[in-house]
Amino acid sequence: MVESMGRHVLSVRDLAVEFGGDRGTLRALDGVSLDLHAGRVLGVVGESGCGKSVTARAILGILDRAGKVTGGQVLLDPGTSSQQDLVALDPNSQTMRGVRGGRIGLIFQEPMTALSVHYTVGNQIVEAIRAHRELSKADARNRAIELLGEVGIPRPESRVDAYPFQLSGGLRQRVGIAMALAADPQILIADEPTTALDVTTQAQVLALLRRLQRDKGIALMLITHDMGVIAQMADDVAVMYLGRIAEFSPVRDLFARPRHPYTRALLRSVPSIRAEPRDRLATIGGTVPHPGARPSGCAFHPRCPEVIAGRCDQSAPRPVPPLEAGAACFLNEGAA
Amino acid sequence: MSASLTDDRMAQATQLQLTWWRFCRHKLALISLGVIVTFYVIAIFADFLAITDPHATDARRSYMPPQAIQLFDADGFNPHVNGLKGVRDLKTFKMTFAPDQGRKLKVVMFAHGYEYNLFGLIPTDRHLFGIEGGQPVDGIFLLGTDQLGRDVYSRLIVATRISLFIGLAGVTLSLFLGVMLGGISGLYGGWVDTIIQRVIEVVRSIPTIPLWMGLAAALPNTWSVTQVYFAITIIISLVGWTELARVVRGRFLALREEDFVIAAELAGAGQTRIIVRHMLPSFLSHIIAAVSLALPAMIVSETSLSFLGLGLRPPAISWGILLQDAQNVQVLSGAPWLLVAAAPVILVILAFNFLGDGLRDAADPYG
Amino acid sequence: MLIYLARRLVLAAITCIAISILTFIIIRLPPGDFVDAYIANLASNGSVVSADQAQAMRREYGLDQPVIIQYGMWMSRVVVGDFGVSMMWRRPVTEVIGDRLWLTMAVSFSALFLTWTIALPIGIYSAVRQYSLGDYAATLLGFIGLAIPNFLLALILMYLGFRYLGLSVGGLFSPEFSQAPWSMAKAWDLAKHVPLPACVLALAGTAHQIRIMRANLLDELRRPYVVTARAKGISELHTVLKYPVRAALNPFASSIAYLFPYLVSGSIIVSLVLGLPTVGPLLLQALVAQDMFLAGTIVLLLGIMTVIGTLVSDLLLMWIEPRIRLQGRA
Repeated sequence: MVESMGRHVLSVRDLAVEFGGDRGTLRALDGVSLDLHAGRVLGVVGESGCGKSVTARAILGILDRAGKVTGGQVLLDPGTSSQQDLVALDPNSQTMRGVRGGRIGLIFQEPMTALSVHYTVGNQIVEAIRAHRELSKADARNRAIELLGEVGIPRPESRVDAYPFQLSGGLRQRVGIAMALAADPQILIADEPTTALDVTTQAQVLALLRRLQRDKGIALMLITHDMGVIAQMADDVAVMYLGRIAEFSPVRDLFARPRHPYTRALLRSVPSIRAEPRDRLATIGGTVPHPGARPSGCAFHPRCPEVIAGRCDQSAPRPVPPLEAGAACFLNEGAA
Repeated sequence: MSASLTDDRMAQATQLQLTWWRFCRHKLALISLGVIVTFYVIAIFADFLAITDPHATDARRSYMPPQAIQLFDADGFNPHVNGLKGVRDLKTFKMTFAPDQGRKLKVVMFAHGYEYNLFGLIPTDRHLFGIEGGQPVDGIFLLGTDQLGRDVYSRLIVATRISLFIGLAGVTLSLFLGVMLGGISGLYGGWVDTIIQRVIEVVRSIPTIPLWMGLAAALPNTWSVTQVYFAITIIISLVGWTELARVVRGRFLALREEDFVIAAELAGAGQTRIIVRHMLPSFLSHIIAAVSLALPAMIVSETSLSFLGLGLRPPAISWGILLQDAQNVQVLSGAPWLLVAAAPVILVILAFNFLGDGLRDAADPYG
Repeated sequence: MLIYLARRLVLAAITCIAISILTFIIIRLPPGDFVDAYIANLASNGSVVSADQAQAMRREYGLDQPVIIQYGMWMSRVVVGDFGVSMMWRRPVTEVIGDRLWLTMAVSFSALFLTWTIALPIGIYSAVRQYSLGDYAATLLGFIGLAIPNFLLALILMYLGFRYLGLSVGGLFSPEFSQAPWSMAKAWDLAKHVPLPACVLALAGTAHQIRIMRANLLDELRRPYVVTARAKGISELHTVLKYPVRAALNPFASSIAYLFPYLVSGSIIVSLVLGLPTVGPLLLQALVAQDMFLAGTIVLLLGIMTVIGTLVSDLLLMWIEPRIRLQGRA
């Protein structure tokens, strides 16, 4: 984990988020630490409800009204003189708005609903450009056309005036990417960018993301529940479970030597071409517990095949230290 | 709390039971249900609760202000009202009646009063309370009297019956039309659906009040109270059905695609059986909600028409007819108690709306 | 888009025909025919009409023809603007109605305008600041508007104005202008009198529209495109106004289609209470006196005005909704 890493651009430390509801508060994130480096892709993987999307929104300061960051830091440009803690900023302040879109771009899961049907794609991209750059409308429009071309949309000069509902799902997702790139951010967060697309389009969009990320030296945080996407795209992987990081490691290690029983379970549930015919695909027993009913000790222990009775259900394992490969598991601690 | 027990109960409950449990969480809707039930009980026992014959006129006691029952006098607990005595106005030499402080009339429970048929069947003259003795002109006028000296309180109570039940009758008719047309529309689709949808659009874009006025005014003068009552019911139900039809059609369209309906079809169930056994129960609660939202509109329609003098005609008594007496500002400034009929109208509209909202939320927690 | 437009136009035409049929039924419903009524009317003034003359009149008006032909004859006169003669006033119906129709529309449109200008900001505020004090206040206003039928509200305001302010609230003109020919001063006088009836009429609609706007906007605020807009770094106010409000405006605009007939309806009965010189009181008089040509014409014209209002709202919707404009469907 020390070899040729790009510049350290974002560092999330012990981030905690709570959602207030009618029946008390729910802890959605419980001490999450992540790091993004220029030119690298961090894959964040986990089942639905594990806090992947909440992490992305908390970083950008756009949590739902019920959600609140209750602890931790989100440091932009950590260790430099311009280091800034985003959590400490007012989410509606000028500075924070400059960060959103300007420094960190966001790509969404649902290309249909993530774009407003009431405005042309050009209008929505121009808006993103002009929020961060002093450009005239005409210049911004030209830049929008350029961006659309860059993300591989054919005939961008006419598509710029199209409404989202006139485009196919794949094209819409490309528009979404163009919009996220509008102000040349160094960090991109892609929240399940291909989940809503069919398989061929998925591959194309992933290839595009990979190309743009490499060309521009972007630090990409790729959120997905798909181990296949992780294998194809990520350099490092953070596995999340119930608002905590279960395991962090370079992608090769993760697939070769998964440290956490949860990671192993996730990997077993991926179809493999080496499997024997009629082998049943493994599933993870039980369901993700409701965050309001977090099990005691290690949150994964009720579903864990390697549970150590009297230990895993009593105390929580140590969290993974930042910037180091490891797993939050007693089995792992013993080995260390 | 034992979660598993609730889960078991939930798992076994029928659609209607589930709806009912969800409904009970809406406090306001529950209170409204209580209010509505109370109103209907009043309507059923109207004559028993009334004190003075609502039709009995007596010019001598015209525009009497409200009169309270005095519970105590010098001798302790002794509920009474004052009798009336004639006073000659020294300027106009007109005879007017005013409470006679010297004459006390005892108020008793279950007193004898005017004769009526309880539930329209049992002849009796018992009332919840009344006065003992007294001359014909005397009475308890809790809410004053109108121009003709009729007791506003008793009229208000008796009016509840017509106003509430005409709403119910109108809604029943609307429901019949709405469920039938909406059902056909949703079930068969195609051009039948298109035609019915266009008819609904046409009906909805017609301004209703002038049309009702036209239709109601065209009813012959010679018709009896009952005939007019039914005609007015039909007129006000002509408009209400569109919303019900829309709801029913929407549910039908949604349900047609549901797995359990398709499963029943595949299992070879007949169409009637599918509709009655599988589809109807699952949107019964929606219909109940739509009905409770349609009822206040019906009641207001009757009230408006009667208020204009185009709806029910005296001697029928409804809230609209009572309000008709309050149309004139000069009259109102002298006898503001005539406006009292506005109170039950407002209360009932509110109660039905809260109830309907609660029911709708309960029937469709996600919609 | 043309298909959508054509469909709307055809529907409007069908609605007009339906209204004309209903009107014709209303005209025909009372026992006896127009000539009977006319003769009775003349007789009350001492003139006598012979049976022959009556028969001649029946033939002239086509009353001896089958109903469907009578309808056709009536319609062919109506389309050229001949609505017949008012029995009560012995003058052509159009003359009797005169300005009243326009005043009705003025009051209804003012109410519509008021409904929108009040409901839109309050609805937005209520949704964006859900469960705030202002939201509860708006909800309360909503319940009041919901519960009080507009004629009762008019009645209560009249009583309060008379009792406590000694004012006679009502009318659309000050006495010195009521018979005067149109002038700037008269128009200004009208403008001063319209707000009160417009408010009375608008209350229920406003309450309803606030609820609609609030519910729609709450829905829209949860959509992913709002997060997209926020993630672009534009200000919160700009985000809310440009995206979710824009989307919530759609059902709001289409609600005009039923709001307008409702307001026209309401204006009739409110006019009666407040004594406004709209077609309302005239309609009631005509109905009570069984002056069916006058009554029928009023019903017909009100209906057609409403259809035009609805059509305008459809065009408005088409203008603000790109999906309809480009694909002809909502």
